Amino acid sequence: MVEGSGERAAARYKRVDIVVALIFLAFGAVVAFDSWRVGAKWGDDGPQTGYFPFYIGLIICLSSIVNLFKGFAIRPERDGVFVKVGQLKLVLSVLLPTMVYVGLISWLGIYLASTLFVAFFMRWLGKYQWWKVVLLSVGNSVFFFLIFEAWFMIPLPKGPLESALGLG
Amino acid sequence: MDEIQSLMHGFAIALTLKNIAFMFVGVLLGVIIGVLPGLGGANGVAILLPLTFSMAQVPGGTTTAIILLSCIYWGALFGGAITSILFNIPGEPWSVATTFDGYPLAQKGRAGAALTASFTSSFVGALVAVIVITFLSPRVAKFALEFGPPEFFAVYLLTFCAFIGMSKEAPFKTLASMMLGFALAAVGTDPVTGTLRLTFGFTQVLNGFDFLIAVIGLFGIGEILLTLEEGLAFQGESAKINFKVVMETWRELPKYWLTSIRSAAVGCFMGIVPGGATPASFMSYGVAQRFSKDGEKFGTGMVEGVVAPETAAHAAGTAALLPMLTLGVPGSPTAAVLLGGLLIWGLQPGPLLFLEQKDFVWGLIASMYLGNIAGLIVVLTCVPLFAAILRIPFSVIAPVIMVICAIGAYTVHNSHLDIWLMVVFGVMGYVFKKLSYPLAPLVLAIVLGDRAEASFRQAMLVSEGDMSVFFSNALVGGMTGLALFLLCWPLLTAVLAALRNKLRGA
Repeated sequence: MVEGSGERAAARYKRVDIVVALIFLAFGAVVAFDSWRVGAKWGDDGPQTGYFPFYIGLIICLSSIVNLFKGFAIRPERDGVFVKVGQLKLVLSVLLPTMVYVGLISWLGIYLASTLFVAFFMRWLGKYQWWKVVLLSVGNSVFFFLIFEAWFMIPLPKGPLESALGLG
Repeated sequence: MDEIQSLMHGFAIALTLKNIAFMFVGVLLGVIIGVLPGLGGANGVAILLPLTFSMAQVPGGTTTAIILLSCIYWGALFGGAITSILFNIPGEPWSVATTFDGYPLAQKGRAGAALTASFTSSFVGALVAVIVITFLSPRVAKFALEFGPPEFFAVYLLTFCAFIGMSKEAPFKTLASMMLGFALAAVGTDPVTGTLRLTFGFTQVLNGFDFLIAVIGLFGIGEILLTLEEGLAFQGESAKINFKVVMETWRELPKYWLTSIRSAAVGCFMGIVPGGATPASFMSYGVAQRFSKDGEKFGTGMVEGVVAPETAAHAAGTAALLPMLTLGVPGSPTAAVLLGGLLIWGLQPGPLLFLEQKDFVWGLIASMYLGNIAGLIVVLTCVPLFAAILRIPFSVIAPVIMVICAIGAYTVHNSHLDIWLMVVFGVMGYVFKKLSYPLAPLVLAIVLGDRAEASFRQAMLVSEGDMSVFFSNALVGGMTGLALFLLCWPLLTAVLAALRNKLRGA
């Protein structure tokens, strides 16, 4: 990941800065618009529901316009790399499995999903031997099960495995 | 001196073998909770609250129960600093400011000094705050009772303007980030009238966004993603803390007596008025940076930059219990959880508590002195234990931290959606940090947004929309004026710098 294409810029600072400022602008506009819809004026009983958030939305718009101009004003020679291809690959290699993991929690329960998640990480990124992978990933979930379900009595999401074992 | 007599009585109550045992258990649990990112003082105390139900049933049990819970809180206050300094991951929102100089110190191989400085200043800050609680609770109660909505709003305004004035980041990025937090806090039910707003038909967001989810995502997940860019090599710094390092650091610390006093004062004030530990730590860091002769070196690993936020955070965290006990108004989220505990045990916080539950109140106050001594002993001796965590490779610790974050996010409201929100906040934290949008004002605005809005609107209701209410007396006028001055500070410095350049050119 160090040599060759990995060092190429996947995104430059200026472009990301401008895009984020635009997202802020859109967000501020949505906030201000919806606040105006629910009433941002001075009612008979004092300030209306949207009064405070309306001005929040306006300030977001104004400050993001300043940020937008500042973003455009970045000269090419001062425009650094936001993220390199290699770095982005690494970040995504963690972010995407994490999203799969969060999705799995709803139907596998948090314990089984966590076991698979930790095992995947250790095997794929850490290249650990299988017995270590199994020991640690299962041990991790058993540990959290004991802490939360047995000790603190706080139920976490459970799935088919726990019901099959009669724990859920 | 009535207070001394009451305090001695309190010591007699707190100093039983059982209470001291619970003190150490609480502190140890608290440090572990504080060290684990995602598990913090507020939800840590909330998770452990059910354990105290049976404990509070026996006579005198409520004192033991509050000692256990408050010691978890002290432990979390101490523990937050450990991950800030070693991992650059703040375990608690109030230890964010500790990362600014704590982590560079650790990178320079001075982790032991940074930890000792942080623990000692935490202890000093707490001690000052407990003394304040002991002697000023009756007087402060009277003072704060006169606070109306305009005064509260002025305090919030001061905090947020201080962010813009003191922040290293671009003022408009700070402003955008802060206002994003306010907007997220405004989502859901209007705190004054109960009307829905900004929900766009999603019933899941009726209660708005919880700052804990934001903290777990922005700092926990975001930090893991940033760390990954550097490859899978582990980023934590090793900690060596031994008697020699402790003594050396203790010899250095008296140099910063002025910073300590200033930070403790800021902390006590911000804790008593519901500002909280987090803004106190930032304000105190900013103030120390402005006034220190080494101010420009702040952020590169200055011991003074660890002393300031830690003293203030711990002072504020402790002082936050003062309004909770005397008025029933919590000064911090954790104080709010403790307040919930008191109510469950059948105690009504407020001025009457001091008359009717003398044993409980003074037992608790005495335990604050003892609990912080216990805390200092535990953290100074147990750091090698936490340093062992650092030797675990990143490909193991990263998924485990992710799992803990997911569990932490879920347990806040038992909501699966919160885990997704946490991931979204994580990506946001990653991008914002790279574009130098500051994260702390964002989190703080989510925490205080509803309360700031409520006090603003109540003030507006009383004054019938007249803004001059924020200048109606010396107290509120002074705070508002200072806030506006801080808000304009970046502009003033820019103008001054331009003038100076012009003069030099001429």
